[in-house]
Amino acid sequence: MQLFIHALGGAETVHSASPTKKTGNSTRTTGSRVYEEVYMLLPKTVVMHVCQRCVSLLLSRPLSAALQQSTLALHQRAHLTLLQHSTRHTHSRQTWRHFTDHQAASPDVYNKIDLAQKEVVPFNSDVHRIDLDAAVHPSPLQEISEEEAVQIHVPSALPPESSTLRPYVDESETLSKLVQLGVNLWKLEQRPNVGSMLVRLDFHADVAPKLLLLKDLGVEETKLGQLLTKNPFILTESLDNLEARVSYLKSKKFSKQSVAAMVSKAPYLLNFSVERLDNRLGFFQKQLGLSAEKTRDVVTRLPKLLCGSLEPIKENLKVCELEFGFRGNEIQHIVTTVPKVLIANKRKLTQIFDFIHNTMDVPHSLIAKFPQVLNAKFLRIRERHLFLEYLGRAQYQPSQPNYISLDRLVFLPDEVFCSEVALATLEDFERFQKTL
Amino acid sequence: MTTQAVRLFRKMNGLFAVYKPQGVHWKHVRDSTESNLLKALNSCPPPAPQLALQFQLLSGGENCSSKDVVLSPSMVPTLADHPLVTGPQFHKVHVGVGHRLDAFSSGVLVLGVGKGNGVLEHLCKSHVTRDYTLEGEFGKATDNFTHTGRVIEKTTYDHVTLDKLERVLAMIQGANQKALITYSQVDLHTQEAYELAVRGLLYPHGKSPPILTGLRCIHFNPPNFTLEVQCVNETQKYLRKLIHEVGLELRTSAVCSGVRRTRDGPFKVENALTRQHWTADSIMQAIAHFSKTTRKIRKSGMYRQTAGPLNSSTQVQEQTRSQTEQINLEHVELSSSTSDTVVDRETPVTLSEGRTKQ
Repeated sequence: MQLFIHALGGAETVHSASPTKKTGNSTRTTGSRVYEEVYMLLPKTVVMHVCQRCVSLLLSRPLSAALQQSTLALHQRAHLTLLQHSTRHTHSRQTWRHFTDHQAASPDVYNKIDLAQKEVVPFNSDVHRIDLDAAVHPSPLQEISEEEAVQIHVPSALPPESSTLRPYVDESETLSKLVQLGVNLWKLEQRPNVGSMLVRLDFHADVAPKLLLLKDLGVEETKLGQLLTKNPFILTESLDNLEARVSYLKSKKFSKQSVAAMVSKAPYLLNFSVERLDNRLGFFQKQLGLSAEKTRDVVTRLPKLLCGSLEPIKENLKVCELEFGFRGNEIQHIVTTVPKVLIANKRKLTQIFDFIHNTMDVPHSLIAKFPQVLNAKFLRIRERHLFLEYLGRAQYQPSQPNYISLDRLVFLPDEVFCSEVALATLEDFERFQKTL
Repeated sequence: MTTQAVRLFRKMNGLFAVYKPQGVHWKHVRDSTESNLLKALNSCPPPAPQLALQFQLLSGGENCSSKDVVLSPSMVPTLADHPLVTGPQFHKVHVGVGHRLDAFSSGVLVLGVGKGNGVLEHLCKSHVTRDYTLEGEFGKATDNFTHTGRVIEKTTYDHVTLDKLERVLAMIQGANQKALITYSQVDLHTQEAYELAVRGLLYPHGKSPPILTGLRCIHFNPPNFTLEVQCVNETQKYLRKLIHEVGLELRTSAVCSGVRRTRDGPFKVENALTRQHWTADSIMQAIAHFSKTTRKIRKSGMYRQTAGPLNSSTQVQEQTRSQTEQINLEHVELSSSTSDTVVDRETPVTLSEGRTKQ
């Protein structure tokens, strides 16, 4: 999958407008921005004084080149390598512009060579006489003026297109800050267009305000990385919208901690409009017939309910009512205890219920009392039940002796189940599993 | 310089057996084992990040004035080698499946990792038999021969006795023996053919329909009964159809309520891994356990390949048969109890190998 991440297109266009040292107001702001960005990347212990020469050098170069730190050696090397770069970076707009500005000699040289080859006969005129041995480029030891030195453009070594974010991470402030936060850039770059979006983001304008908003909300810093990995589009959502949604949730009497928990568990929550959230909350309150507080509790524990579509939830409710035959209050109890039943897979839910009700002969009331079994793995329930049946200990009626409750059947780990419930060894259980 | 992950990956080569539960697609088993192996590989510490030269603006020493800054170089680890940027070290482990089991059946499923996949091919081409336990139920017939299918007819089964069942099984066995002899392309009127048949080394050459080399009833409790089958070239649907045909021969109908593979060549049920043990360290232990068997299969496979163009010569056939005999003996040795060489009272040629599972 080819991902074309167009690197730093935005940053470069700003700088190309004014390559000269004599800076107007616009470049002063951009220059200061460049300076700030560079400053941000330097370790905190650096002394603030930077000499004027370095500042001007940083001003003249695009962001990437500025980070390849300036020394005198680089100036001279840049001049030499310019011509070599000219053939390589032919498709980069910036390099051509600079070449037409500074390397006026080179096109003429080529033209002259062409002319010389065509017109062999008139070789008299001195204008057309070319000395091919003469150095086309100035010697590296030649002194150049400050203005020329400042105008030297070192083309960035970053590839203009890449299928991974690896070449850009060290150079881009946004990306390195995101990695330090714990965002899984590798996972994000698999998604189409997300990589380009992240590279184009500006840390101070786009990313930082949203991170501060999330932090104010109460989301832990360790969870921020996971949140952004699941939902990078929270960074492109406008700040006003995010604030409006948070205030809406708070107006519905969700406490601050519950809003923070909901956002951590369902990263896409704040990308949904206020109307949609309102619609969902209203549906749950009406359909389930729960009080406002219980609805809030259910939604806080499973905020995914507010994100997904309502059709599968309506189907699951219908299945519970008609196919399984649960009464209204039983369904309410099940949903408040195990909200996951609402978004569970219908087929798997039916399989589990069928086995528990028909094969294990457990009545509705008992299943409603232990709704966690509907959330368990079918194979686990089946193997354990058949083992107990083989041993003659499959007793699920509370009134009878040796009663085994459904939650103990399903949720104990294997060793504890074998020793306490089945009163057998783990090897026996494994040997029995191989006879099924 | 190899990292711990690379060293672990290089050890992941070989065959092992897994017990597939009923109702699970074999692909799910293969995917689970692959993801568990990858989890173990990627949990190893990543290689050290590359260091890059970075010039940092630091304040000058005492000889410089306070306003001057000096660019000093230092080696700093690049973020480009951070695991969150590069991703996991391993993306794929080649895990292959031997003879497949459909979702309704359960039992031994042979999987191969890395270099073991080549040996899997040899195993599939070799003439090892497979051992099944079939649970049947008299009284109804369904559209897909299983007890969960749509019922087509219901019949009585009071007239069925163990005697009648065994007679029917003997008839089926006879037909299968004939087919075995036909497809094994030996001339039955020779002494060598007789000796091969006695030792149980007849096997079909080339393409053949499913052939049962052994069949008997191990449990009879009407309406339920259990058959034990050794077969070659079979599919699980064929075995369910077999149950249906047994019912038809007995003038009743039968459905299959379980197909369980207890042996696949030299891989038996005792050493198959249950679901809790589908983790990397158990798999490595199982691979080590089966390494000897794997080597034997590879050798016989390579021998068969080199002797390919000379297929017609009986000498070569003898030698490939002896290799197969070695593999068959291998699985007899692997069993903890003494080997069963029960000779069926009807036909002298039948040999039932391996242990039976009640």
